[in-house]
Amino acid sequence: MTEKADTPLYPLWLLAEVTYSCPLQCPYCSNPLMLGERSKELQTEDWLRVLAEARKLGAAQLGLSGGEPLMRKDLEILVAEGRRLGYYTNLLTSGIGMDESRIIALKEAGLDHIQVSFQADDSGLNDLLAGSDSFAQKQRVARLVKSHDYPMVLNIVMHRHNLDRMREILDMALELDADYVELANAQYYGWALVNRDYLLPTREQLQQAEAIAHEYQDRYKDRMKIYFVVPDYFEGRPKPCMNGWGRVFLSIAPDGTALPCHAAADLPGFELPNVRDHDLDWIWKDSPGFNRFRGESWMQEPCSGCDKRQECFGGCRCQAYLLTGDAEATDPACSMSPRHRVILDAVQHSAQLKVLPDPVMRNKRNAVRFREEKRDPQQSCADKPVV
Amino acid sequence: MTTLDVDSIYGLAPGHRLQFEEAQQAWVVLYPEGMVKLNESASDILRRCDGKATLSTIVTDLEQTYDQVELRDDVIGLVSAALDQGWLKKR
Ligand code: SF4
Ligand code: SF4
Repeated sequence: MTEKADTPLYPLWLLAEVTYSCPLQCPYCSNPLMLGERSKELQTEDWLRVLAEARKLGAAQLGLSGGEPLMRKDLEILVAEGRRLGYYTNLLTSGIGMDESRIIALKEAGLDHIQVSFQADDSGLNDLLAGSDSFAQKQRVARLVKSHDYPMVLNIVMHRHNLDRMREILDMALELDADYVELANAQYYGWALVNRDYLLPTREQLQQAEAIAHEYQDRYKDRMKIYFVVPDYFEGRPKPCMNGWGRVFLSIAPDGTALPCHAAADLPGFELPNVRDHDLDWIWKDSPGFNRFRGESWMQEPCSGCDKRQECFGGCRCQAYLLTGDAEATDPACSMSPRHRVILDAVQHSAQLKVLPDPVMRNKRNAVRFREEKRDPQQSCADKPVV
Repeated sequence: MTTLDVDSIYGLAPGHRLQFEEAQQAWVVLYPEGMVKLNESASDILRRCDGKATLSTIVTDLEQTYDQVELRDDVIGLVSAALDQGWLKKR
């Protein structure tokens, strides 16, 4: 990327979250707390228009995700159109809802790649975290993916309950013949923030897990690529969230809300545009929502005078808001943030817990409860005294 | 730099695609969840790695097209880098 941060010419990625419906209940799910109602989901024709408009803007990678995208009966239609338009089509699935006839139909539609998520390498732990018996099905699907000649990414969200199984998880990935493994440390917004005390690992756990990941990266570099990203809570450096606001990513929620980041719905003080009301050209280039944190003019100290601002873009806006109450603040994950203490305290607090809280599972019942309580997502951590 | 046999043949690795992107006015390599924008010389070389042509054919072709000599090291350098990245595969 050589263009200036404030002149985003085109999105590279279209992330189509086609539904929030999902048979699993992962307590770290990145979907919004209140989820959404199925009746408000975009229809097939809307999605087809979105695909065409985003492609025209320049998006070349299409991620079909959710929720569980296989819950949509028109998925094959969307894949076929995506491929026809020239997208590289990625399906991000839990595996639930896949069978051999469907995987063949998707191949015929032109699907390029399948990412299968696992919770763990062990069926008991996997099914506990997923809130449903899904491990055997995931294994079947991973084998189907390979036997039908798709490239396969295995995605495992990492946290306190599975980091100690890094070796076993990577052995499973080898055994399933994955091409890539994403060891995605949990990101603490949405459901994961509600469950932060349950999920936050200790520094020692992370260090050991990372050492094992590096060992496997070296040893198996000809067989699979392994990505391990240290979570921002432990680094003192924020992640370059979405590679900059409105710069690379265009995300569409099931109800048609267009977002620069799939967690951005939680941010207060501005309205996000909807594809039912506007075309994507306007949304990307001109809408107030997509311009709100573009470039650097919104930054405060220390970001505004920092020489790293072109690398990290001030970190994550959602995290800044959720943890400091100010969406324009420096991401508190940054050690230079005057509020960095909240991160250190959270890490210390969870490391000292003798008994972990029960996880709040990501399901309709809990979403309805949050909706009824009109729960501010910010409250999810504010109501837990930190130390 | 790895030395490659000029008689060997390379093509895109499975799961990879090479295409011209209007918006970027450039050729890109696409692969699961990622993409790389190619500069002109890289795309000139990678587009010729079609799973049929040997490296020496590609070198000759490029030397003729650009009326230049000694492009062999450039081609071998780029192809070995692309192999390291996993974009190409030996046929
Ligand atoms: S993280 Fe889990 S619950 Fe959330 S969409 Fe993915 S599989 Fe479903
Ligand atoms: S001060 Fe701001 S710009 Fe500098 S490293 Fe921290 S978050 Fe990034």
